[in-house]
Amino acid sequence: MGRLLVIQVFNGLVNGAFYALLSLGLAVIFGMLRIVNFAHGALYMLGAFAAYALGDQFGIGFWPALILGPLVVGLVGLAIERLLLRRLYALPPAYILLLTFGLTLLIQDGVRLVYGISGAPYSGPSQLAGVTDLGFVVFPTYRLFVIAVSVVVCGATYWLIERTRVGAVVRACTENPTVTRTFGIDVSLWVTAVFCFGTALAGLAGVLAAPIYSVDPLMGSELIITTFAVVVIGGMGSILGSILTGFLVGVLVAIGSALYPPIANTLVFILMAGVLLFRPTGLFGLPERA
Amino acid sequence: MMKQATVVALLLATVPAWAQELSGGKVKVGVLTDLNGVYSALSGPGSVKAAEMAAADFMKAHPEYAGKVEVSGVDHQNKPDVATNKATEMIERDGVDAIFDVPTSSCALAVAGVVKTRAALFIDITAGTTELTNEQCNIHTFHYAYDNWMLANGTGTTVTKRGGNTWFMIYPNYKFGQNLELQMRKAVLASGGKLVAPSEATPFPNTDFSAYLLKAQSLRPQVFGTMQAGADLVNVVKQYNEFALKKAGIGLAIGLLFDTDVDALGQDAFVGAVATVPWFWNMDEPSKKWSADFQKAFGKKPSWAQGGVYSAVRTYLEAVHRAKSDNTEKVRAALEGYSFSDFYARNATIRPQDHRVILDVLQVEVKPKSEAKEERDYFKIIARTPAAQAFMPLSESVCKMGK
Repeated sequence: MGRLLVIQVFNGLVNGAFYALLSLGLAVIFGMLRIVNFAHGALYMLGAFAAYALGDQFGIGFWPALILGPLVVGLVGLAIERLLLRRLYALPPAYILLLTFGLTLLIQDGVRLVYGISGAPYSGPSQLAGVTDLGFVVFPTYRLFVIAVSVVVCGATYWLIERTRVGAVVRACTENPTVTRTFGIDVSLWVTAVFCFGTALAGLAGVLAAPIYSVDPLMGSELIITTFAVVVIGGMGSILGSILTGFLVGVLVAIGSALYPPIANTLVFILMAGVLLFRPTGLFGLPERA
Repeated sequence: MMKQATVVALLLATVPAWAQELSGGKVKVGVLTDLNGVYSALSGPGSVKAAEMAAADFMKAHPEYAGKVEVSGVDHQNKPDVATNKATEMIERDGVDAIFDVPTSSCALAVAGVVKTRAALFIDITAGTTELTNEQCNIHTFHYAYDNWMLANGTGTTVTKRGGNTWFMIYPNYKFGQNLELQMRKAVLASGGKLVAPSEATPFPNTDFSAYLLKAQSLRPQVFGTMQAGADLVNVVKQYNEFALKKAGIGLAIGLLFDTDVDALGQDAFVGAVATVPWFWNMDEPSKKWSADFQKAFGKKPSWAQGGVYSAVRTYLEAVHRAKSDNTEKVRAALEGYSFSDFYARNATIRPQDHRVILDVLQVEVKPKSEAKEERDYFKIIARTPAAQAFMPLSESVCKMGK
């Protein structure tokens, strides 16, 4: 049993790597724009298909796709923010919810029209094929790579936002856009940049997922629900909270499903309900500002 | 000139004397399927096209039916309530005489409930549940092409007899998966194989199967059996390769494998996997010929479900022809006990007792891409099971039809 639990911790870290990347993207966007991006799952799926299309149509392999995929999805994010979201900031938040939800359906159906419902084949890089013997378990090398990439990217994002000048500007724009503007900072430009960055993170998760999960138009729709739960558990908009909670939920769910398999799909929501009961603002969230 | 006209007039006048008795002057064939959802690639619009081809070929073979067979395609969205409403509408409003295809077991059972008390037949092709010809059988419902018993029994028996003696299986925790696992386990044990550990139920739907694959890795069975279908199956197989189970000498047996699953993952990911199918598009010359026609009409090669829709619609229309009527009970009588063979259904018989259409089935192995001669050349036949052994024997059936 002990060995099984250790194995499940590794499995959980892999799932957590995806939760962390996705919820980080959501948190960054929510922190800056105060909007909940329902299209995040569809953008994740788009990242996976971008990797597939780059390989299928241009012969571009996994490594360049790891950079280009998020760029492509980031550009889609740019278009969404500049052309659509921007027009709705003045309206109640429900409008943006509806818009991003509608976009999800559009993106899913668009991809389905082009690539079909049954999905697309994608294999990972040959350098990372095969398994690594960790001593206590034989684990696919690529999965270890996924954990590493996620940790590095999440860490870098945290450092960027909390510790650098760029981050200071972003935080200033979030805290008080009006005052920030008086310092000669183009807040609207920063809003676009942050949205772009958040969606690019979803794209990166998509590219990383392509070699291990089924690449199909609906691949994001399941995952996004869990991700929203992660965001709620971590605390809306908290950068560190979303990263830590992502990995934590991944590991807890994996361990829970090893101890009692039927609970696997429900555990994250039980956690969410529990956290909401005792800490309504999430594990790392600050109390609501008045 | 005058004489000719008289002859024609006379001929026309005599038509009703030998013509068919058709409700509304037409035979109406309805294809109730998933036009947009997850099963739309393996059935969907291709199934509608296959039914249209069957109608056209039938009318060509029997010119007296020219213009008298109509095909419509309706979407059931994989929802049983929608399937119930649509099937009722098709029969009562549109006068559809028979409903075909209907993927998703829950939808198929819903439609079986609808036709039970109405004047219409239902010939299911793409759903797997054996309940259609067991617990929920009725005099208006037929089951064509395949079912869970046939899949599980065929693959379980064949793989075990070929030397895969030790098994570990996983199944999605809903009716289809539970049923498939039970049947396959029985087949494995009956063929002298054994399970190295109890089968594991997985959540449904599920993307991450690593825990089960790691378990398989440590159990080291000769065969890893997966009862997952669709996107879940794709995830299992992708991760089976990722965890390098094949290199560890653990073979792959698949409960339900459609051509579209191989499309989704690429042929090489499935190499060596064994499954049971009723038919596939390039299994022999007559099949290749039909598939070429289908590709010309539809633009894609047929899945084995779509081939089944053609065969079922054609078989139904020939029964209408024999009955000289589209009256539900007359066509049913013409179908019951009927034995036939076409490019799809070899040595087929429609069992009157439970309406299971039995036919010869194939055990196939996915071959490597390097051996494929053309696009979608996926399968090689490793065994054939004759109709009589391929399906649940009547002695096991719990169908009480009651006429």
